[in-house]
Amino acid sequence: MLRYYAWLAARSLKRNPALTALMVLAIGLGIGASITTLTVLHILSGDPIPEKSARLFYPQIDPRTINDYHPGEAPAEQVTYPDGMNLLQAKRADRQALMTGGGAVVLPDDAAIDPFSVDARYTTADFFAMFDAPFQYGSGWKAADDDAHARDVVITRSLNKKVFGGGNSVGKTLRLQSTDFRVVGVLDDWRPTPHFYDLNSARYSDYEEVFLPLSTAMELEFGRNGSMDCWDNTPDGDQLHSPNCSWLQFWVELDTPEKAKAYQAFLNNYSDEQRSQGRFPRPNNVRLPTVMQWLDDQKVVPTDVRLQVWLSFGFLAVCLVNTIGLMLAKFLRRNGEIAVRRAIGAPRREIFAQFLVEAGAVAGAVLGLLLALFGLWGVRQQAADYAELAHIDPTMLLMTLLLALATALLSGLLPAWRACQVTPALQLKSD
Amino acid sequence: MDIAPIIAALKRQKTAAALIAIEIALSCAIICNVLFLITHRLERSHVPSGVVEDELVYIRTAGIGASGGDDPMVRAREDRAALASIPGVKSATIINQIPFGHSSWNTGVKLAADQQQTSANVGAYYADEHMLDSFGVKLIAGRQFTSDEFLNFDDVLKGKSDPPSSMIITKTLARRLFGDENAIGKNIYLDDTKPTRVIGIVEHLIRPNFGSDLIDADSSMILPVRLSLGYGQFVLRTDPGNRDAVIAAARKKLKEVSPNRIVLDAKTLESARSDYFKQDRVMAGLLVAVVISLLIVTALGIVGLASFWVQRRRRQIGIRRALGATRRQILHYFQTENFLIVTVGIVIGMGAAYAISGWLMHQYELPRLPLYYLPVGAVALWLLGQLSVLAPALRAASVPPATATRTV
Repeated sequence: MLRYYAWLAARSLKRNPALTALMVLAIGLGIGASITTLTVLHILSGDPIPEKSARLFYPQIDPRTINDYHPGEAPAEQVTYPDGMNLLQAKRADRQALMTGGGAVVLPDDAAIDPFSVDARYTTADFFAMFDAPFQYGSGWKAADDDAHARDVVITRSLNKKVFGGGNSVGKTLRLQSTDFRVVGVLDDWRPTPHFYDLNSARYSDYEEVFLPLSTAMELEFGRNGSMDCWDNTPDGDQLHSPNCSWLQFWVELDTPEKAKAYQAFLNNYSDEQRSQGRFPRPNNVRLPTVMQWLDDQKVVPTDVRLQVWLSFGFLAVCLVNTIGLMLAKFLRRNGEIAVRRAIGAPRREIFAQFLVEAGAVAGAVLGLLLALFGLWGVRQQAADYAELAHIDPTMLLMTLLLALATALLSGLLPAWRACQVTPALQLKSD
Repeated sequence: MDIAPIIAALKRQKTAAALIAIEIALSCAIICNVLFLITHRLERSHVPSGVVEDELVYIRTAGIGASGGDDPMVRAREDRAALASIPGVKSATIINQIPFGHSSWNTGVKLAADQQQTSANVGAYYADEHMLDSFGVKLIAGRQFTSDEFLNFDDVLKGKSDPPSSMIITKTLARRLFGDENAIGKNIYLDDTKPTRVIGIVEHLIRPNFGSDLIDADSSMILPVRLSLGYGQFVLRTDPGNRDAVIAAARKKLKEVSPNRIVLDAKTLESARSDYFKQDRVMAGLLVAVVISLLIVTALGIVGLASFWVQRRRRQIGIRRALGATRRQILHYFQTENFLIVTVGIVIGMGAAYAISGWLMHQYELPRLPLYYLPVGAVALWLLGQLSVLAPALRAASVPPATATRTV
């Protein structure tokens, strides 16, 4: 029966090609726009490190002055160097790393390559293991190298290719600014999205290409990137070591909820202890968000993207109402046909099924998907820093099918129901 | 025209009429808000910067190690002088930040030393004696800095000197801090120690990084503090037609005089503005596309449904014509019917538009939809409705009276 209905539907749709095209196009456009924007939202609000994002925490404490204090506000977004080092050396977490973004000039041995600047990350040894950074060759440096201000560097696969032509470059020398560094590791492709561990730089693009010990970078006075918040004068102008300037990111890994609880208590104790030494004038303000909580707190998904999702669903709603109206009018014109079928014995259920099949054929699912792919291609041509990430994945593919099905059902339900309400006797008489 | 029979007829096809009204309502609600969003975006991207944008180029550099023991302040001033001597360069300056640039320096300022809460967060330009000329900012009151007022940034940072004794602020900031009083001669505190006196007011000077609040965007101050190249970048002023040549010449010059620095960026300020607002332009374009698509879909929907009604009522139309109705009356019948349905849609749509605007305000910190957008949206949809119904209505009007005598 279903095949017969499909055949009937095809005939009926062919009878009004312009109208059919209009309905399919409207639904297709609506679905295409919705899937495009949903995909972008889905990608941007994704988990950058799904295996362990619930075990990675961003400890926040509040060392700022009492000036501009508003009860209930969030603690400082970054830590000062003294606090960062204290927390790092306390080693109360399973893993911990203190870090900042920076920039350095690479001077390749190969005279054919001009000196060029790269984004850098200055961090401590646990960084790589904590964030599951995959190594193509070698490994990260050891905690002892942090203390020794080692001239060690980890580079990315792409920089390795650019400077050394690829291959195992562990042990080779890379000249940064005017200092020689020993390559200890080459990272494989690694791009957590968004760039969760430091949201100061572009959040979806421009990832760092060299990683070196924080101690080394500070000793050599390498340039830093990011934001710095100072709330008091720094005695000798040394903002980097000042207890009054926050500019570093500190991350910890805590493998069980009990440990997280204990760490929160530790941060409170630390605040108390600092206050007893004349710092931390504000009441204790300690937070320990996980990766996803931190991203949410920092409103990492651009508001434009959310707005676009609402907009596209509004558009889909208009297309849907439009299609319902057209389909209703179309079905009701076939009162005669319905009446004949009913008169020779078809129950209402069958009429309903017949017209729902016809409505389903208009779903425009395929068209919607094609338009979504086209839409995503359009997004990739944009200026936004997340542009190149816009690709459809299996989840969104399934989502497209579901959305198309739901749309078709919604658009067909009312018209098909109205069609099966036709009273055969009345219709047969009037014609 | 008597609308009673039209309403009576509409009552017999409530569902279809209601669907069109709903579609119009949704379109109206969305279109009003989207039009407002478009204007809001465009307004933002046309915000005045206060500088002579088409005459400026900026150059960011990075040191690559050993500076050869030179004093960085001296080195920077020599490099600046070398760039200023390039033919076609009218003026050159070293500055910490530029409008639409990547880095932004911000300071909370107070009106009294012991004040606990800051009065405003202000964009801070650290300028040398060439900055006002180079940027072409318009001084509308007060005076420029005198040479004895300039400090070195290192001394300020290390606390070796007091805060600057004088500053120049924007008209917007002056009004924000001092209302209608004359700001010249007033004191502003950058820290808890000594005040800085306002000596001049400029028309506009936008801070590098700003959100949707354009008052906040124009809240800047200029401090007489000289920088080395560790924190500073070059800005050169030239004729608009000369900019590309000046960029090329400056790259060459810097290679000569400062071989241990590389140029990271050398661009026109116009391109910086264009990059800064790229996202807004894309969004505005997208919104325009949404409005057009909505109008088209809605129009086609009305055409489709009206055509069906006309076809269904061919016999009734024929009978009316046979009974003496003119073509004009048939035409008007369908036009009035459309007008009634669209009006219902618009009334619902306006309420929805206002509700959506309230929600947007809450979610996205947008201003409230100005009320005049509502009639604009309404008129647009009335026109759209009338245009869409015209063809089907004309077809209805051309139904010959003889149709009444035929069956089917």
